[in-house]
Amino acid sequence: MPDGGIGASTKRREDVRFLTGKGRYTDDYNRPDQTYVWFLRSDVAHGRITKLDTSAAEAMPGVVKIFTSADFTTAGGIPAGWQIHDRQGEPMKEPKHPILAEGKVRHVGDPIAAVVAETRAQARDAAEAIEVDIEELPAVVDMRAALEAGSALVHDDMGTNLCFDWGFVEDNRDAVDAAIKAAPHVTTLELVNNRLIPNAMEPRVALGDYDQADDQHTLYTTSQNPHVIRLLMGAFVLSIPEQKLRVVAPDVGGGFGSKIFHYAEEAFVTAAAKVVGRPVKWTSTRSEAFMSDAHGRDHVTKIELATEKDGTFLALRSTTLANMGAYLSTFAPSIPTYLHGTLMAGNYKTPQIYVNVRAVFTNTVPVDAYRGAGRPEATFQIERVIDKAARELGIDPIEIRRRNYVTEFPYQTPVAVNYDIGDYNALMDKLIEIADVAGFPARREESAARGRLRGLGISSYIEACGIAPSNLVGQLGARAGLYEAATVRVNPTGGITVFTGSHSHGQGHETTFPQVVASMLGIDAGSIEISHGDTAKVPFGMGTYGSRSLAVGGSAIVKAVDKIIAKAKKIAAHLMEAAETDIELKDGRFSVAGTDKSVAWADVTLAAYVPHNYPLDQIEPGLEETAFYDPSNFTYPAGAYACEVEVDPETGVVTVLGFAAADDFGNVVNPMIVEGQVHGGIAQGIGQAMLEAAGYDENGQITTGSYMDYAMPRSNDVPNYKVDHSCVTPCTHNPLGVKGCGEAGAIGSPPAFVNAVLDALNSGGIKVDHINMPLTPSRVWAAIQAARA
Amino acid sequence: MYAFELVRPATVAEAVAALAEDGAQALGGGQTLIPTLKARLAMPEKLVSLGGIAELRGVTVEGDEVRIGGGTPHATVAHEVAKAYPALASLAERIGDPHVRNRGTIGGSLANNDPSACYPAAALASGATIVTNKREIAADDYFQGMFATALDEGEIITEVIFPIPQAAHYEKIRQPASRFPLVAVFVAKFADGVRVAVTGAAENGVFRWTEAEEALSADFSPSAVEGLSADSDGMIGDMHGTPEYRAHLIGVMTRRAVAAAG
Ligand SMILES: Cc1cc2nc3c(=O)[nH]c(=O)nc-3n(C[C@H](O)[C@H](O)[C@H](O)COP(=O)(O)OP(=O)(O)OC[C@H]3O[C@@H](n4cnc5c(N)ncnc54)[C@H](O)[C@@H]3O)c2cc1C
Repeated sequence: MPDGGIGASTKRREDVRFLTGKGRYTDDYNRPDQTYVWFLRSDVAHGRITKLDTSAAEAMPGVVKIFTSADFTTAGGIPAGWQIHDRQGEPMKEPKHPILAEGKVRHVGDPIAAVVAETRAQARDAAEAIEVDIEELPAVVDMRAALEAGSALVHDDMGTNLCFDWGFVEDNRDAVDAAIKAAPHVTTLELVNNRLIPNAMEPRVALGDYDQADDQHTLYTTSQNPHVIRLLMGAFVLSIPEQKLRVVAPDVGGGFGSKIFHYAEEAFVTAAAKVVGRPVKWTSTRSEAFMSDAHGRDHVTKIELATEKDGTFLALRSTTLANMGAYLSTFAPSIPTYLHGTLMAGNYKTPQIYVNVRAVFTNTVPVDAYRGAGRPEATFQIERVIDKAARELGIDPIEIRRRNYVTEFPYQTPVAVNYDIGDYNALMDKLIEIADVAGFPARREESAARGRLRGLGISSYIEACGIAPSNLVGQLGARAGLYEAATVRVNPTGGITVFTGSHSHGQGHETTFPQVVASMLGIDAGSIEISHGDTAKVPFGMGTYGSRSLAVGGSAIVKAVDKIIAKAKKIAAHLMEAAETDIELKDGRFSVAGTDKSVAWADVTLAAYVPHNYPLDQIEPGLEETAFYDPSNFTYPAGAYACEVEVDPETGVVTVLGFAAADDFGNVVNPMIVEGQVHGGIAQGIGQAMLEAAGYDENGQITTGSYMDYAMPRSNDVPNYKVDHSCVTPCTHNPLGVKGCGEAGAIGSPPAFVNAVLDALNSGGIKVDHINMPLTPSRVWAAIQAARA
Repeated sequence: MYAFELVRPATVAEAVAALAEDGAQALGGGQTLIPTLKARLAMPEKLVSLGGIAELRGVTVEGDEVRIGGGTPHATVAHEVAKAYPALASLAERIGDPHVRNRGTIGGSLANNDPSACYPAAALASGATIVTNKREIAADDYFQGMFATALDEGEIITEVIFPIPQAAHYEKIRQPASRFPLVAVFVAKFADGVRVAVTGAAENGVFRWTEAEEALSADFSPSAVEGLSADSDGMIGDMHGTPEYRAHLIGVMTRRAVAAAG
């Protein structure tokens, strides 16, 4: 086995350029003769544009052209990539999402006009000189009010703000109602899954270029999936065929979901570059990002858990309002439905489950996938209601979970998915050990001596990753396949370039993927390069999200390497005049079984390209293979998390003292990278649970439009984590036995945190059932006051 | 940001002359002003940078006084007054992040008088004197409500003189996002009585909590203020806390400050 294969904590090779300022981000790309665009964005949430006069602005210095919706009459709208059918089987309402506002503005930040100028400052100055009058309409902000008769309408022609009313599994509806009615105990909880602003470190950037000579468009963009952008933008918005459109997503500074989606700014710069005959660049400011990057979460939910008196789960009913914002972002309809409803079984064998989701249009920024995407929303409800049930029934929170864990696999849930494998009790055992649950009572006393309330919160989670079997998601409404592609190009002297459709924007693919290839071939990982993020280089790709890169993209690479090995063995057999079936590949050498004959890897690769002595009658020269991999099931990472907090009852301030995570990610290729992913996920989960919330006032103005009011977690908000991934049940259906780890931390941690705070309060004699996230000092203090009143 | 002219005078006199022109504004560390400009919320024609004026920088300890140049960054204060006035050093040490502390200045903070800023609490509780290019202003007269001060147009804070108390402490609870004080209390005990200044809480900015001062002047112990509660009238109410919460925190912060001051 060479150094740096599967299982090695190889340092991330991409970090050398990131940490020395040598990364090449989209904003680092500049084209000769480039122009800059500034978008004039709506400062009201909802209104009719009664006047839009650009004449004065056009006369401003440096202005090249000012665009309005009148310049895009032949363009399509920004499409939704997933179609949901409602409880009656009717398709969802799908309003047009124009590149620039057509007659109406629908959220603060909605682009009205775009000024292309010689400099960014000139573009901005001219944008301020555009005369625009907007007749303000009542803003639709609250989801419940949005569904009431007589509410203002975000999209007048739809006649309603309801996008769809979805039931899952609709056939179970009556049975679940009956089971809940008949149950000995029902625990009910109403909760909010707070709206988040993604805040990738790198704001979005898009640079459009057009080459008149060969009618080629190029878009450089901050994207997690350049091929998906090429497909959506080319086919639906601008009518540019794939062969005329190249999309490049170079180094991308974090996405967390927000850079999956096709955005209007991308379509704008691509189209405008052709119109003005010069490249057009847009770089989002941080302030713009707050009002133009798709937000995450924003569910209002009622969950009911019916149990026996001994805590055995009987039925679960979840009723959710999910905010879509003003338009349907790329994956928006799928998040509260198939990425949420299918997870409502959690780790438990609840026999009856029904999920109802009503998706609502509001005059807010569109809402879409954000790290975890639907699964944190599901897990939060389940793990919160279980904790409440445990308290009501007088059962230990760990015990009630164990009593209901799925223990036999494969397990068919009542919400469509089929868990292939897992061991939830082993994870809980491991958690109890690493979190030192036994030592908790002593730590609690120590806190009490200082006037603080200490709490321990537990959660379990399961997630469906490795998205996804194309035939299944196709039935569920996906408008694309969700396979992955890879090309493995072996160069004449033996080095390898792997072209992968899995874009890397922080996940460490450039390190992990070579580890896989190195292990398969027995060569050094250092001789393997990863190429990604450019539709002109990579055959195809569905991108990076849903913890799918290694499970799906890695599997495609494995399949391509399998083909390489098969062909290389044929060449080696020819070189050694042996039977192909006798050839073995080990430590980078091909040998003939039972003999001392062998040839090196590089001898074979050279022969492939210098075929002087080569079986030309049987195989072609060259050594390059492409594979597509379409998974047969989701993967099901699972884990058990524990959070330990201290509450200052006088101020409501919560301090996170400890966080332990026992995860089963299947086989692990690079333990260090996996740990880093879990750390980041937990930090994001603590961010959601303790600090972050996007606020809107009743007029649809964003009240958290900057970091002065939107609280991101800082290093001293989070503790040192204890993470473990030694409980391994390898995925049964992909070649690496891997499951994915990118979202786990963000899924499992919010309920563990909230459960910990409520444990601290309740065990301190302060009876509080629930506090909505984020659990800021003022909210915790208010809950304490209410309990004492 | 809109275009502006930048001048870098070397002396206070040159700066005062430059500031006399229409549309000119002083630039300290820029930690408040630059974000305001970037958001295009202000459009000065000329910025007069105080950063190159040596006479505005530095800390001297003389007897029972600390004198801090108006252009001294927070990080310097944190370092230089650690022995002479530890509570003040600790306040400076907890402003913002290292970047902010190395750029932002005491003069800029006091001139801006953000209702949630830290320095105003220290100045008011210490009974400091704000020295400008033309006069000396007692802290009690200087703070005049949210973002309002006794400074005239073009007047520069050149120095701040802090009498050193016998005991003092600055207790702050942070607003989770900005990490400015949600509520913070500076307690300073002098031979002739105790002064208590509250920041972050009131719509009118920093103020002295006189009831607490009286109680603590009689008995400098946490129990002396145990039963006292500030009135929530006029307190700030926003997403980070209701007026009632802020009023409550004033009591808690005051007690804790007294306990820590010892
Ligand atoms: C991320 C962040 C966190 C922060 N956290 C805190 C915190 O926790 N607590 C806190 O108190 N502050 C905090 N601040 C504010 C910081 O302390 C600023 O430095 C301070 O408010 C302004 O000082 P400045 O020197 O940067 O002034 P500038 O921004 O340059 O100027 C501010 C105003 O003062 C005027 N001015 C500047 N210097 C003088 C002078 N010598 N005489 C007269 N007028 C002058 C300017 O014309 C301007 O109107 C934070 C700032 C940031 C960016």
